[in-house]
Amino acid sequence: MTAYIIRRLLYALPILIGVNALTFVLFFVVNSPDDMARMHLGSKRVTDEAIQSWKQDHGYDRPLLVNTAQQGAAVFTDTILFEKSIRLFLFDFGQSDSGRDISHDISQRMWPSLAIAVPTLLIGLAVNITFALLLAFFRATYLDFWGVVLCVAMMSISGLFYIIGGQFLVGKVLNLVPISGYDTGVHAWKFIVLPMIVGVVGGVGAGTRWYRTLFLEEVHRDYVRSARAKGVSEHLVLFRHVLRNALIPILTGVVVVLPLLFIGSLLTESFFGIPGLGSYTIDAINSQDFAIVRAMVFLGAVLYILGLLPTDISYTIADPRVRLD
Amino acid sequence: MARNLTQRFPAFKVSRSRVVRPGWALALVVLTVLSGCTDQAWNDPYRAGESAKSVFYSSFSERPKHFDPARSYSANEWAFISQVYEPPLQYHFLQRPYSLVPLTAADMPQIRFYAHDGTELDDQAPAADVAYTDYILRIQPGIRYQPHPALAVNADGSPVYWPLDVEQTRSVNTLADFPLTGTRELVAADYIYQIKRLAFSPNHSPVAGLMGGHIRGFEDFATESSAAYEQLRAKTGEAKPWLDLRTIDMAGVEEIDRYTYRIRIEKKYPQFVYWLAMNFFAPMPWEAERFYQQPGLDEKNVNLHWYPIGTGPFMLTENNPNLRMVLVRNPNFHGERYPGEGPPEAREEGLLDDAGRPMPFIDRAVYSLENEAIPRWNKFLQGYYDNSGIGSDSFDQAVQFGSGGEASLTESMIEKGVRLSTAVETSVFYTGFNMLDPVVGGGSERARLLRQAIAIAMDFEEFISIFQNGRGEVAQSPLPPGIFGYRDGEQGVNPVTHEWLNGVARRRGIEQARRLLEKAGYTGGRDPQTGGPLILYYDTPAAGPDSKATLQWYRKQLAKLGIELVIRATDYNRFQDKMLTGTAQIFSWGWNADYPDPENFFFLLYGPNAKVEFKGENAANFSNAEFDKLFVRMKDLPNGAERQAVIDRMVGILREESPWLFGFFPKAFSLHHAWYKNAKPHLMANNTLKYKRVEGPMRAAAQKAWNQPVLWPVGLVLGLLFVSLIPAIRDFRARERSRAL
Repeated sequence: MTAYIIRRLLYALPILIGVNALTFVLFFVVNSPDDMARMHLGSKRVTDEAIQSWKQDHGYDRPLLVNTAQQGAAVFTDTILFEKSIRLFLFDFGQSDSGRDISHDISQRMWPSLAIAVPTLLIGLAVNITFALLLAFFRATYLDFWGVVLCVAMMSISGLFYIIGGQFLVGKVLNLVPISGYDTGVHAWKFIVLPMIVGVVGGVGAGTRWYRTLFLEEVHRDYVRSARAKGVSEHLVLFRHVLRNALIPILTGVVVVLPLLFIGSLLTESFFGIPGLGSYTIDAINSQDFAIVRAMVFLGAVLYILGLLPTDISYTIADPRVRLD
Repeated sequence: MARNLTQRFPAFKVSRSRVVRPGWALALVVLTVLSGCTDQAWNDPYRAGESAKSVFYSSFSERPKHFDPARSYSANEWAFISQVYEPPLQYHFLQRPYSLVPLTAADMPQIRFYAHDGTELDDQAPAADVAYTDYILRIQPGIRYQPHPALAVNADGSPVYWPLDVEQTRSVNTLADFPLTGTRELVAADYIYQIKRLAFSPNHSPVAGLMGGHIRGFEDFATESSAAYEQLRAKTGEAKPWLDLRTIDMAGVEEIDRYTYRIRIEKKYPQFVYWLAMNFFAPMPWEAERFYQQPGLDEKNVNLHWYPIGTGPFMLTENNPNLRMVLVRNPNFHGERYPGEGPPEAREEGLLDDAGRPMPFIDRAVYSLENEAIPRWNKFLQGYYDNSGIGSDSFDQAVQFGSGGEASLTESMIEKGVRLSTAVETSVFYTGFNMLDPVVGGGSERARLLRQAIAIAMDFEEFISIFQNGRGEVAQSPLPPGIFGYRDGEQGVNPVTHEWLNGVARRRGIEQARRLLEKAGYTGGRDPQTGGPLILYYDTPAAGPDSKATLQWYRKQLAKLGIELVIRATDYNRFQDKMLTGTAQIFSWGWNADYPDPENFFFLLYGPNAKVEFKGENAANFSNAEFDKLFVRMKDLPNGAERQAVIDRMVGILREESPWLFGFFPKAFSLHHAWYKNAKPHLMANNTLKYKRVEGPMRAAAQKAWNQPVLWPVGLVLGLLFVSLIPAIRDFRARERSRAL
């Protein structure tokens, strides 16, 4: 197990290098350092000197990938790619192109993202499992049929509709919660309710459908038939046998998602005015702040890699037959 | 295959009350408890009790990046820092046309002109005789800065928070982590220090280039300070050490005494007085810069970009551009009284009700980040924002136009007591021709007639009606209303595109445009060389689905002449590149005035400002010897008959040559609630928060009345859920009791 973990962590290095290089190439295909300077200096009275000075101050006055004016290793190290990338691996995200400390911003903004994402995940999980169990219990009946139809319909509706509809109905017509905004500490609860409801309702269709499939796969197995034959009641069959076995793929799916909860949801945060990491990233893209974009992509890749590792380990816990080599 | 539910699971009678009654009771108890907990509306986004206080609530959609007055040049940033920083001059709040009055200055600056030999000239002296101009400003004594840690001093006068090392700043995360604050008096040297900061290149001031051409010694100072800075960096090993700019002189700025300073401008530059009303020329205490550049603070965003320090009526106490910006009353504010005079309509509008009263009237201003228009608009309707713009999606909900074209509020807005303010902006949205282009550009008769024909065909009256909801005024020249030189009525009509008929300006018919096109050699819009339609290219950064209708409109306008307009849409960076390299043919752009002077508009067409050759703001690369000569003359003339005559001739040249389709002047529509007083729009000044007043109790009552929670649908849904569960529970119990399958 230890060797497996170490090997997996070492695999992460080339993956992160590749992710970083790809982000770099994609970003600078559409933006040049001159473009970035103009974006940050504004649109009025921007002189060539100001652009060059900005680039020099922010380290964008070097060549992008290869510095043919240098010798030896400096051909590759005296470049924007190397200078901007090397510190990432030490988790030193530096300052954004507008002068803000990125690590500090991330540490501030991840909590609102988590405040929405964690309850949405937990409550959504409970709701989806409950509905899926109900549908599995009433399988092959009209209840099951119309339940699946409803799930497909809900999956087909855009998440944006849920957001705008939820704000209109719950915030404006019924006046039950604030339409948007956020606050710190315990005062945040009333701002979390609506995004959480929208997140849960928006995910019910897909989640219930998938979990229903997993439960139905288990329900037809021999051990379930044996349990029934022994006289175990239907609800005990579902909760004690079917649910437990079906939870393996459910939980592993949840574990892999856990680290990504930090990154937040772009649409939700934007419409509800939540100062999370989702809106942080899209703001950076819009303002061509490469420092933030690369930091967030790198962080997302690290979290994803870290999320996959416990996922694999959790398989061995959930199913002792699984071995990691 | 689905089977009938009742066949598979036979129902049996279950006492409904055993299932339903506890659920209703529980829901009722929960909702009763919740509704009785507080008097605050459930959807109130603010803390309890805040609405009744003297607090202004508004929103912002674009995160401000820089609050350093040397760097900041965006309207969204000035909305905040203009309440904190105080330059020597400001615009009168009520007077129109816009006029300057003293702010921290004791009176308007003395302006003295000097010849090359140093003799003083009178103010009527020709510009060519003026070698330099002195602006002498005297500051009011007794003005003090807001409480700030940088100004905190010990009993012996030494600073409390300097010098600090990394260990001492390790626990600091915000400015509030410095418990002690201090203040001191504003002095003339603070204004000089700020001017030097404009020239100091690490500050990247956007006006450094411009001021370098006007303030004597500015560029020399820039060079000298850069060299000194590099030496200091090499000596200390720090990336951003603090260079005391007081140790380096700038020839063009001088402290005459504690409250008086002089700025020396090369030659004559009458528009400089307007710059003295901008934050670039606000004061900066040197202690603040020294404080902020201590090790460990910049990394935590404790710097001038985050925490401004000024003498203004407000101070920025919460700077969270991801969520909320909060300004609170500055306890050290020197006091200023609401203006006692204004135009005649000001009294009728109630704008003089607070005449002579000390400002500011509000204690706090809270701006919440709202990225999206829908929640922003809805919260305004709920009374949670005191003012709002009007998006195109919600325009019809708020505004209607009468038969005479006058805008008024809809019934739903009137019921809420909402008020509407309109003002023509000091901006112009124009469509330009690249005068370097071989087809549409140049001085040939053919190209000029082509441009004039297109100018007639582009129906901006229709554009305003369709795309601006009627919020705009067709431009007959580059000068918007309110700027000296603007002509109204028949005198102001562009004879190339319009004619004056029955007391109104009417766009010339398309037939006249076609005749011009024929004279140009493009009969029926045909290119004589190819025989096919003349193809022109419209370069635009507008590429999203929202722009499709606008671009289609442009094509339709030229199709009236038989010309094919090809849209070349790119992202904004590529568009900028095209403009810099001169490869764009036809484009649209806008300009928002820095100050209310015609020079700030005509310079957009001045030859030496051409974008391709000189990287200036003349995006059309227009160059006309007579126009350029008149521009040089016009910019130095005082407002009067002579200047008007020169402007009229310049406008005549532009109409004849048509490097621009003048487009339209946008009209700003804004709404505010009845409890928000003194809400007169001022399109040049940004420091108007101090004039505003909020009647908190009125707002609190309105919010309560408009936001009563509606609970019966919730009860209905819960009830339906419980009811729908009954058959499921019955069937479950039946199944549990049934024999083996």
